[in-house]
Amino acid sequence: MTIDLALIDAIVTDKGVDPTRAIPVLQAVQDKFRHVPLQAIERIAATTEMTESQLYGVVTFYSQFRLTPVGEKIVKVCHGTACHVGGAEGLTESLESRLGIKDGENTPDMKYTLDSVACVGCCSLAPVVMVEDKVFGKLDRKKAAKIIDEYDSSGGSR
Amino acid sequence: MTQVKKRVVVGMSTCNMAAGADEVFDFLKEKVAGGLDVKLSITGCLGMCYAEPQVQVFDEDGTRHLYVGVNANRIAKIVDDHIIAGKPRDKWIVKYDEGDTQKLMAKQERIVLANSGIIDPDEIDDYLAVDGYAALRTVLEENDRMQVIQTVTDSGLRGRGGAGFPTGLKWKFAYGYENDKKYIVCNADEGDPGAFMDRTILESDPHAVLEGMIIGAFATGADEAYVYCRAEYPLAIKRLNRAIEQATEKKLLGDNILGKGFNFHVHVKEGAGTFVCGEETALLASIEGRRGMPRPRPPFPAESGLFGKPTTINNVETWANVPWIIRKGAEAFAAIGTEKSKGSKVFALAGKIKHGGLVEVPMGITLEEIIHEVGGGTGTNREVKSVQLGGPSGGCVPRSLFDTKIDYDEVNKTGAIMGSGGMVVMDDTTCMVDVARYFLNFTQIESCGKCTFCRVGTTRMLEILTRICDGKGVPEDIETLEDLADQIKNTSLCGLGQTAPNPVLTTLRYFRDEYEEHINDKKCRAGKCRELCIYEITDDCNGCMVCAKNCPTNCISGEKKQLHVIKQDDCIRCGVCRDVCKQDAVIVK
Ligand SMILES: Cc1cc2nc3c(=O)[nH]c(=O)nc-3n(C[C@H](O)[C@H](O)[C@H](O)COP(=O)(O)O)c2cc1C
Ligand code: FES
Repeated sequence: MTIDLALIDAIVTDKGVDPTRAIPVLQAVQDKFRHVPLQAIERIAATTEMTESQLYGVVTFYSQFRLTPVGEKIVKVCHGTACHVGGAEGLTESLESRLGIKDGENTPDMKYTLDSVACVGCCSLAPVVMVEDKVFGKLDRKKAAKIIDEYDSSGGSR
Repeated sequence: MTQVKKRVVVGMSTCNMAAGADEVFDFLKEKVAGGLDVKLSITGCLGMCYAEPQVQVFDEDGTRHLYVGVNANRIAKIVDDHIIAGKPRDKWIVKYDEGDTQKLMAKQERIVLANSGIIDPDEIDDYLAVDGYAALRTVLEENDRMQVIQTVTDSGLRGRGGAGFPTGLKWKFAYGYENDKKYIVCNADEGDPGAFMDRTILESDPHAVLEGMIIGAFATGADEAYVYCRAEYPLAIKRLNRAIEQATEKKLLGDNILGKGFNFHVHVKEGAGTFVCGEETALLASIEGRRGMPRPRPPFPAESGLFGKPTTINNVETWANVPWIIRKGAEAFAAIGTEKSKGSKVFALAGKIKHGGLVEVPMGITLEEIIHEVGGGTGTNREVKSVQLGGPSGGCVPRSLFDTKIDYDEVNKTGAIMGSGGMVVMDDTTCMVDVARYFLNFTQIESCGKCTFCRVGTTRMLEILTRICDGKGVPEDIETLEDLADQIKNTSLCGLGQTAPNPVLTTLRYFRDEYEEHINDKKCRAGKCRELCIYEITDDCNGCMVCAKNCPTNCISGEKKQLHVIKQDDCIRCGVCRDVCKQDAVIVK
């Protein structure tokens, strides 16, 4: 896949060129492409004061950044303490079997990515799952799988 | 003359919205658009996350009715019966002086959470109406920087981010370093997985945090600030940005604040999902656009912090305490709490607890009071076994030590730490070895890798704990764990490594018998470690079939009203049957 470099240039113009801007620039890139393509890193390095090694170092250090494409919806199972104690493992298992993929993988149709995160700050509703920016609380295995049914039947918009 | 209307206020925090508050709000918005004559607004979180979504209805005479657990059905009835026909639906209303809610509220002391769930966080006028920015006005009026620092020092306020360093002293250091540029940083990284105080404060009362920061900037001589907030908190970031905009419009931020010639600018920086970035030097590196690796101190940030300039870094809750202290005076704050821990502390109650949510209690209250009175215990017929304090840096305090007072030094004596305020309550279905393994897995992933013992030592500890949970532990493992713990604590640069062994050490100290059972008897009494337990159904089964319907592998058989049986070969020991059984007929062997 090749990307439109003009989009990268626009982000750099907006967010800034000096090395302190690395994280905001990369966050904007990820917002746009849903991951950080290597080509983007090359382009940023070529047009700013940041280097490829700095950018790659930052991308691989922070868990937020991904170097590979993800599905349309990222389904994040919270594995924070409260959710762990509340049975998060069961939610991941249930979603794995509902989606037919393992934790960290994309569905073949690229509709979903299953991921784990450490606490989304809704611990009182544990265990929780976050789909994009929406949080679903007080889940069990069945309810977790049902979230996917609902997204599927509503054509992805809920 | 303007007619006084009923007011309807919907709790719109992340927790409320996860429980369905946005649908309730949309419903009301449509009604208002359709002619319903009420003033509709939003607010943050009241702390009663266990009974969300919440809607407050204020009658024309100002009487407040707090509705809890409001879903789409209920709101329609509330509109018809209460708002239109004037007959409150008492069944869904809770009162602060009755029953469970009375117990929840009676022992609380709300300083930081005073406005939470009361004011509209998106409207600066709401904050101004409750004395907001009055402290800032006073400070600028009096124009005595050292006096501000003295007041904060005298109040006895200590950092709420975990370490409990005296805030006034920290400010004094920053004040003392002459420089043409100084920074303020607000630590909103909230890394403890199981804590949500800072998120809620930012979502519910962002101006209090800003006001605290402006006062701190004036006192220490800073003119620029960063709030470093977790990316997992999109709503907190949105509300904070809005608060900054509104404060700037009102000349409470920006250049020439309130015409007093003092300039201060605040930026919000989104974190990128790494626990170690909560550590102050790593956080500064991250703001500078680098990998978030901690560095040795000294120099402390007060001397050489962000971009090498003197920097005062405090936690969200610490900042939010400042306006109150200035308004009410150091003595009022110091009058609350114990000798060395003053004021109140916000705790996030989660896990096996009835009243999951946020509470703010005076220092000096006991764990027992927080968990069993304020928190309401487990809310099931199971007993509380332990509470985890301080997250990955903290430890598990057993029930037998629940007379421990909330006080930095008292909590330290148990081997746990006060931490930032996360409290995860555990009952007898929680395996303490598994909890230790869980935290080691967390710190092992989050270790930045700089120190060998933190990087490799945590990996070795995790391997051993995993082995024990898998039933392959050997008796020497316990000693090896203690040995490694000691070495990691002593050779790590930052707090992450220095405290990473705490969850293991505290569980070894208080729940050693569980480790020994796992190793010697190959048994997990909590029914959590799958290789070490068998689930069985006893004669108490009344054949209600609920377990069979919920079993993910369909391995439970039995006719209606007949004893059910688990087919062991297909059982994955997930524990669902035990969770759903109303007869307590599922046991672990
Ligand atoms: C590994 C690690 C993680 C930390 N995470 C946080 C955090 O998420 N939030 C926080 O306020 N402080 C955190 N701290 C403490 C900060 O380093 C620092 O002490 C604090 O921000 C100072 O503010 P305070 O004095 O107001 O507490 C962490 C420390 C360590 C060692
Ligand atoms: S532990 Fe899952 S939301 Fe905090």
